[in-house]
Amino acid sequence: MDITKLSAQVNLDDFNPATEDEKEYMVQMRPSSTFFKDSVKRLLKNKVATVCFFIIILITLAAILVPIFWPYSYDQMLGMTPGKPVDNSFNDLKPFEYGRSEIRRMEAGESVIPHIFGTDSQGRDYFIRVVYGTRISLAVGFFASIIVLIIGMTIGSIAGYAGGKVDLIIMRIVDIIYSLPDMLMVILLSSVLKVVMEGALDGTVLAKIGSNIISLFIVFGVLYWVSMARLIRGQILSLREQEYVLASQAAGAKGKWIILKHLIPNCFSVIIISTALQIPSAIFTESYLSFLGLGVNAPMPSLGSLASDALNGISSYPYRLVIPALVISLIVLSLNLFGDGLRDAFDPKLDT
Amino acid sequence: MNTKTLMYIVKRIFLAIVTIWVVITVTFFVMHAVPGGPFTGEKAVTESVKAAMEAKYGLDKPLGVQYLTYLKDVVTKFEFGPSLKQRGRTVNDIIADGMKTSVRIGLIAAVIALACGVILGSIAALRRNKLIDRIIMIITTAFVSMPSFIMGSLLLILFAIKLGIFPANGAARNGLVLPVITLSLYPMAYITRLTRSSMLEVLGQDYIRTAKAKGVSGMKIIFGHALKNSLIPVITYFGPMLAGITTGSLVVEQIFAVPGIGRAFVNSITGRDYPLVMGTTIVLATLIVIMNLVGDILYKVVDPRITLE
Repeated sequence: MDITKLSAQVNLDDFNPATEDEKEYMVQMRPSSTFFKDSVKRLLKNKVATVCFFIIILITLAAILVPIFWPYSYDQMLGMTPGKPVDNSFNDLKPFEYGRSEIRRMEAGESVIPHIFGTDSQGRDYFIRVVYGTRISLAVGFFASIIVLIIGMTIGSIAGYAGGKVDLIIMRIVDIIYSLPDMLMVILLSSVLKVVMEGALDGTVLAKIGSNIISLFIVFGVLYWVSMARLIRGQILSLREQEYVLASQAAGAKGKWIILKHLIPNCFSVIIISTALQIPSAIFTESYLSFLGLGVNAPMPSLGSLASDALNGISSYPYRLVIPALVISLIVLSLNLFGDGLRDAFDPKLDT
Repeated sequence: MNTKTLMYIVKRIFLAIVTIWVVITVTFFVMHAVPGGPFTGEKAVTESVKAAMEAKYGLDKPLGVQYLTYLKDVVTKFEFGPSLKQRGRTVNDIIADGMKTSVRIGLIAAVIALACGVILGSIAALRRNKLIDRIIMIITTAFVSMPSFIMGSLLLILFAIKLGIFPANGAARNGLVLPVITLSLYPMAYITRLTRSSMLEVLGQDYIRTAKAKGVSGMKIIFGHALKNSLIPVITYFGPMLAGITTGSLVVEQIFAVPGIGRAFVNSITGRDYPLVMGTTIVLATLIVIMNLVGDILYKVVDPRITLE
């Protein structure tokens, strides 16, 4: 239809239904993003936290995989062969030195895996002991945090949801445990539990883990749940006033359902942050105890016990102390920085 | 000070007393739950000798009676009984001996940490994002994440073995220098970071801008306005710091062989000297609880804006 530019007649084409192309042009949809995805995106933007995360992954993988293919094991005394006198040339080797029989084998053309960090006073390959110690320390830190998480979450959510007398009693207990000097109690309890557990564990599956680690877990379970419980209780106290809880109650939901399906999922970020920060503190405590001789059972190494053993020969072999010391510091530092990054990413409201 | 603060303080003191009672009780029953009496490790003794010894130390009475006697002795007379391994010495003697050294190094470490921390933190805050700030922050981050026993061992290698400046043995002359440094590094790093962040916050406040606008000199702003207000978090850290130094001294005294109460505690555990374990635990725990109590009360009194709970 031809019209003059100045006429007041309307263009009827403008009133046709829009085509698919035109519709698509108008609609600008972004894929929906969940809270978790958003947080991960924020976390990846934080360079320090990302680097720390990769360091942790690298150390963890090394601690798990290296013992599988490494030819020496953590408790194998290289100078000991059944039916022969002990070969002392394997004891106290410096890094990249070899024992007498190994030199003979190398002269014969065989290749021998070098002792990267040398051997200790009993002729055990020090590198694998450090790797194994890292594995133990990481495992203890991880499982101790899980125990703390489960106990703290259960008690905290019950206290927060139930309120009233239950809450009052639980929180008074929490207050008392919280103000106990934790290190002293940890040392005391683990030194006694160690003795008690030794007899009780004989012949069970748990005997393999060792009485010391079990008692460490118990001590953690008894003492360290309180801060987690406090945190979760605080969260739940504010969450349970929300409308959706009321709606759920009106629909006939029981307390357990509301806690598990509504309240705990909404505490997710708090839980994940404090668990992440619990791991380095558990590793720290374990190494502290091992250093005092209350940690893992010999001959099993942990980073703390390696450092403690190294003190005896410190003037001749200082690197035996420096290596586990560096590994502990690296693990604790990167876990802490990663935890801080997690906190910033998962709790944007928190401004610290 | 209003009634609310007063109520809080009373409540807090009550909690501290309960905590100390829990420590005494837990320590007592835990030590008595250990299988085998304190004399099982000794040379074989006849039944009559054993009975006589148990009667001497009151171990033949029922556990409840022993507990009440112990509690009464500790609370009213502050007496922890005789040591089982160090003949002729009471637990009180050993603790008193150890405390002399431990308190000395602990207090010196605290003063050093406080002085250096506040100075370094202020420098870092005033030179924010400059090179010196970066250096201070990197070093303090490293110190904060290093366990005290590692710090102590590294200092031992560096200064006592490689350089030979200070002796490795804490009982020797100048032997307390390294333990004091070890103990002070962590709180120093922590106070530096604390001072820096609170100083930065205070420097951004309106009254600092007002002071600047009125023409107050830079030095006067820092010392008259900024420093005083940015020290509040530092003051409140004082209690936890002393408590941390006390726990840190357990390993540090072990590393440097300092004859203090921390070493007495660790040695009593490895030597199974039960009365000494109980005595040192209770004394150290009471110290820590009191320090935390003082810290919490200071927290409340210094800055009434803070509401706890």
